[in-house]
Amino acid sequence: MATPAVELLKELEEYKYGWKSPEVYVYKAPKGLNEDVVRKISELKEEPEWMLEYRLQALKHFLERPMPNWGPDLSDLNFDEIVYYVKPAEREGRSWDEVPEEIKRTFERLGIPEAEQKFLAGVGAQFESEMVYHRVKEELERLGVIFISIEDGLKQYPELFREYFGKVVPYTDNKFAALNAAVWSGGSFVYIPPGVKVEQPLQAYFRLNVANIGQFERTLIIVDEGAEAHYVEGCTAPLYTTDSLHTGVIEIIVKRGARFRYTTIQNWSTNVYNLVTQRALVYEDAHMEWVDANIGSKVTMKYPSCYLLGRGAHGEILSLAFAKDGQVIDNGGKVIHLAPDTTSKIVSKSVSKGTGRASYRGLVKVHKGAKHVKSHVVCDALLIDETSRSDTYPYIEIEEDDVTIGHEASVSRVSEEQVFYLRSRGLSEEEAVTMVVAGFIEPMVRELPMEYAVELNRLVQLEMEGSVG
Amino acid sequence: MAETLDIRNLHVRTEEREILKGVNLTLRQGEVHALMGPNGAGKSTLAYVLMGHPGYEVTEGEVIFKGQNILELEPEERAHLGLFLAFQYPVAVPGVTIANFLRAALNAKRQAQGLEEISILEFRKLLMDKMRLLKMDPAFAGRYVNDGFSGGEKKKAEILQLAVLEPEFAVLDETDSGLDIDALRIVADGINALRGPERGFLVITHYKRILDYVQPDYVHVMVDGRIVASGGPELADELEAKGYENLLATVRG
Repeated sequence: MATPAVELLKELEEYKYGWKSPEVYVYKAPKGLNEDVVRKISELKEEPEWMLEYRLQALKHFLERPMPNWGPDLSDLNFDEIVYYVKPAEREGRSWDEVPEEIKRTFERLGIPEAEQKFLAGVGAQFESEMVYHRVKEELERLGVIFISIEDGLKQYPELFREYFGKVVPYTDNKFAALNAAVWSGGSFVYIPPGVKVEQPLQAYFRLNVANIGQFERTLIIVDEGAEAHYVEGCTAPLYTTDSLHTGVIEIIVKRGARFRYTTIQNWSTNVYNLVTQRALVYEDAHMEWVDANIGSKVTMKYPSCYLLGRGAHGEILSLAFAKDGQVIDNGGKVIHLAPDTTSKIVSKSVSKGTGRASYRGLVKVHKGAKHVKSHVVCDALLIDETSRSDTYPYIEIEEDDVTIGHEASVSRVSEEQVFYLRSRGLSEEEAVTMVVAGFIEPMVRELPMEYAVELNRLVQLEMEGSVG
Repeated sequence: MAETLDIRNLHVRTEEREILKGVNLTLRQGEVHALMGPNGAGKSTLAYVLMGHPGYEVTEGEVIFKGQNILELEPEERAHLGLFLAFQYPVAVPGVTIANFLRAALNAKRQAQGLEEISILEFRKLLMDKMRLLKMDPAFAGRYVNDGFSGGEKKKAEILQLAVLEPEFAVLDETDSGLDIDALRIVADGINALRGPERGFLVITHYKRILDYVQPDYVHVMVDGRIVASGGPELADELEAKGYENLLATVRG
């Protein structure tokens, strides 16, 4: 009789070859954005009329709205050169030879299986782990948890979907939220019923579902009263894409007494503009945490936010930026205190290397009537080279007297004394600098699920290679 | 055969001035040498230069260890060869635990010697054995390297590193400075526990105090970049009785 371990091995073996044949139907929108493209997307997704209307209104708003006049330079971003909708099968029509060597090398070093490497590079056919996924799915179904694609969410739970969709991040919020609302495709729909505690992190389909790495992903998560869950998206492996724009919108509702954590590990290839809006509404005594690690992309603008709406709500944002040569990572967080006795914490860690530029941009706002608010902001920057740069833009707006707000900021360089100390113990200069960096980001890494933490550390080692001497 | 660390006619300067003006000193495995002297004599400079600190320029002389002039080696290569420096001011590395740091350091040394990496389990056992030997709380290994440590904790951490890395020669740069009597005793006990025929020590100190606990085989006195007197343990007593100025006057006679 086969032991469970043997069975698992067998399943993993099958999982390894668990390819699905490419979809026959392929559609790729022409470059550029107009009403026809939006209508076509909605039609292909067989959406209800209200969603089409919503998309069209958002499109109108996007076209009218000027580009943001603050933050990183986006002048190279040409909206006319972008393909706004690609049916997944088309996305995979790339060959392995086209994938840059450095990306392949990183895959190898991270120890990512070959089939998965190809998938992540957009070369493989749709890659899903039916076996493993189904087992998790059964367990979630037993708990009454809904964890499906955003498209299925709209089809299967139209009322729940419509009640919350676009309510946390309206398309009028910013230009990129409008763009996403017009052309969104892919993402997750999650509902956790009252009082249900999900032990295992909900992973974006084991990081292997093409729908979740879409260019214009849209995710809607509702955590009902007293429920608890942790959602993880992204992966440490570089996500190779020829698309130059990723604009996601993540909407989260954390109801009374619920606890939720949303973890992102972003490692887009360095040709990508990553402009994402993430926001959570946090109700009475609820607890929301964003853990946000940004390693890849050409330019990232991302400020996960918590709107603390009920008494005793708590919001936390822990962000990490690792900007290397030519990268601009502008991230941080926003907490809006709208109720009394609400508390928040923002911790930002940034590492800049070479000509990389990492910035913290954050806002803590306390509205009139939100008494006894406590908020603490800590920004630590580590500069590796003389050419590295870090900026801090901490905005604080207080309309109430009875609040406690703390802010600490530090900028440090990897010091010669630290490096000498470590070298005197036998580490090379490169190993020494890497160790200082790893230590600096440790408070962040320790918040990640184990396998991600291990990979992130390996990735940092890799990024530091050849950087000194 | 016992290894030697042979310092020959060592001249060292910084951008501003010459600090070491021809130091000669031979250490043998198994021996404990104390190096005493007033502030500014060049004791710490000698320690840093032996380990390869980039802030100093060697203008003359050599240091021979295992048949090589180690002044030509990188700091990590000297460490791999079997040299260790316990710092006067150990540096903090926030976020890196002592255990992880030491495992990386030990593996770097083993790799340089062509040995296999030590497994996490084996390393843990080794570390716990050493901590038991030094009467340290195992929880100490989980703390971040020198981060928020008291003076005594920093010096204890240096001794633990010495114990794990098992160098042939250890230079202790004013390991006794800033310690209260209890901390001093703990550190001295640690050094004594690590003494043996396979290890040579150069104990740099301003005061005789630590030598009451760590009995040296030889005592040297450094003044103004030179070793001006050498002798047995009695030299430390003489120094304590007379003070540096008087001793200096006698030497200069």
